[in-house]
Amino acid sequence: MIENLLPICYILAAAGFILAIKWMNTPATARRGVIAGELGMLLAVVGTLLRFEVVNYQWIFIAFFLGSAIGVPLAYLMPMTAVPQRTAISHAFGALASALIGTAEYYRHLPHGFPMGALVLETLLGFLTFTASLMAFGKLQEILPTRPITYRGQNIVNLTLFVLAVSIGIALIISPERTWLFPVFAALSLIFGVLLIIPIGGADMPTVIALLNSYAGLSASAMGFALDNKLLIIAGALDGSSGLILAIIMCRAMNRSFSNVLFGAFGQVQVTAQKSVERPVRSASAEEAAEMLDSARSVIIIPGYGMAVAQAQHKLRELFDVLTRRGVDVRFAIHPVAGRMPGHMNVLLAESDVPYDKLCEMDDINPEFPMADVALIVGANDVVNPAAQNDKTSPIAGMPILEAYKARTVMVIKRSMNPGFAGIDNELYYLPNTLMLFGDAKTFVGGIVKELGALVRN
Amino acid sequence: MKSYEFGLYVFMLAAFLGFELIRRVSPLLHTPLMSLTNAISAISVVGAILTVGEKDASTLTRVLGFIAVLAATINVVSGYLITDRMLKMFKKREPGKK
Repeated sequence: MIENLLPICYILAAAGFILAIKWMNTPATARRGVIAGELGMLLAVVGTLLRFEVVNYQWIFIAFFLGSAIGVPLAYLMPMTAVPQRTAISHAFGALASALIGTAEYYRHLPHGFPMGALVLETLLGFLTFTASLMAFGKLQEILPTRPITYRGQNIVNLTLFVLAVSIGIALIISPERTWLFPVFAALSLIFGVLLIIPIGGADMPTVIALLNSYAGLSASAMGFALDNKLLIIAGALDGSSGLILAIIMCRAMNRSFSNVLFGAFGQVQVTAQKSVERPVRSASAEEAAEMLDSARSVIIIPGYGMAVAQAQHKLRELFDVLTRRGVDVRFAIHPVAGRMPGHMNVLLAESDVPYDKLCEMDDINPEFPMADVALIVGANDVVNPAAQNDKTSPIAGMPILEAYKARTVMVIKRSMNPGFAGIDNELYYLPNTLMLFGDAKTFVGGIVKELGALVRN
Repeated sequence: MKSYEFGLYVFMLAAFLGFELIRRVSPLLHTPLMSLTNAISAISVVGAILTVGEKDASTLTRVLGFIAVLAATINVVSGYLITDRMLKMFKKREPGKK
């Protein structure tokens, strides 16, 4: 009886997952999607628990209990600014789970042929994604240095290690009885994961996180092949393709080729000769900025990672409120790679209660810049650098940018004149229509809000 | 048809379906999307349950399986909850304010 119900549980679970992702396409239906996903998961877990092979419940329930005890606070206490780190650590957990299941399965059954091939792929991806995600977590949490660490021959070392791991994997597929090879294989995969992330800098994190998401999914899918479980294959394939698409979107937004990302050869900062000549810039105070904003009709705010660092999103919401009340049209322009993971800026601004229809995508907002009175840049740098469009020798040449320079006035809130991630000067700062607002983003925006309040009273 | 052949067909169809569905997800929701797919791929908990729950599982298998169930459960629980928490924040207009 239960044996007949199980496939139905799994099929319904797969349908739940597909609906979950389908409903994620707009904010209006997205929460329904989460419920569909939860129901799918519940069906799959209950169905599995009822399988006749499963007789030993006590450890399963202890793990469920402990996992929930850790998972619930992780979900509710985690500040939204720490979402990239949380995502990285959850990729690590997911990858670890599939790597360990693969390992257990290997020692238990010594599978041969196709299932062994799937198992090798599962453990390879699982172990390397585990350490790679931990490294990404370390960099995002700033336990590890966020700048890329490179050394001579790095790609050759990485490639050699990867080829070695794959060769041992193939040797294991050919004769699974060589059990002593398995620990070597696991260790090489773990080390490769670490080396993969070492050369990657903070601004490349969105792509890397998306890619790790994809690897974790593919590992789960490979587990589906090893265990002959179609539900795992489907869920893993959905996750794998999701991560891959996000990675491709991120790559396009940085004008990097996809092969460049796959082989981890990115994140190397090409430091061009710095123009050491001091060039004059125009700067302005909060009061002057407030007056200009007050007389504007259309304002476009461009947030970047600097906004997240300075925690300026709540002050920006206040600015949004004050200006909106005074009849100014305020919108936010979000570059796909702004922040440390895909969609990072949107989540932070949504948390501070900015209505999501005011968060605009790059392609929609770019034609609007020539009509905008003020483009206010908060903690973004390379994504507004006109060099990407008009300097063919620039390291970021060809990268799609937010065309802030076309606005009547450009205001840039920035701590100092230090160049951004790509290590290149930003022409934007020296344009005649640019005003530099030097200071901490949160304090400065707070100052503008206060000045605007004073204007209202006068 | 061999079981793995069948599995490969399933994989191919699911991957294409995934591409089509995810291309339509608004960039607004890329962060919640990632935490949702992460929770979904924690379906590996199914494999982990089978590993721990077997009658004659060795100690090694049981320990590995236990850690796997634990790690996957953390992802299931925190993944769905944080996705919902994020989605709740996406509002069209602020209620109560004009």
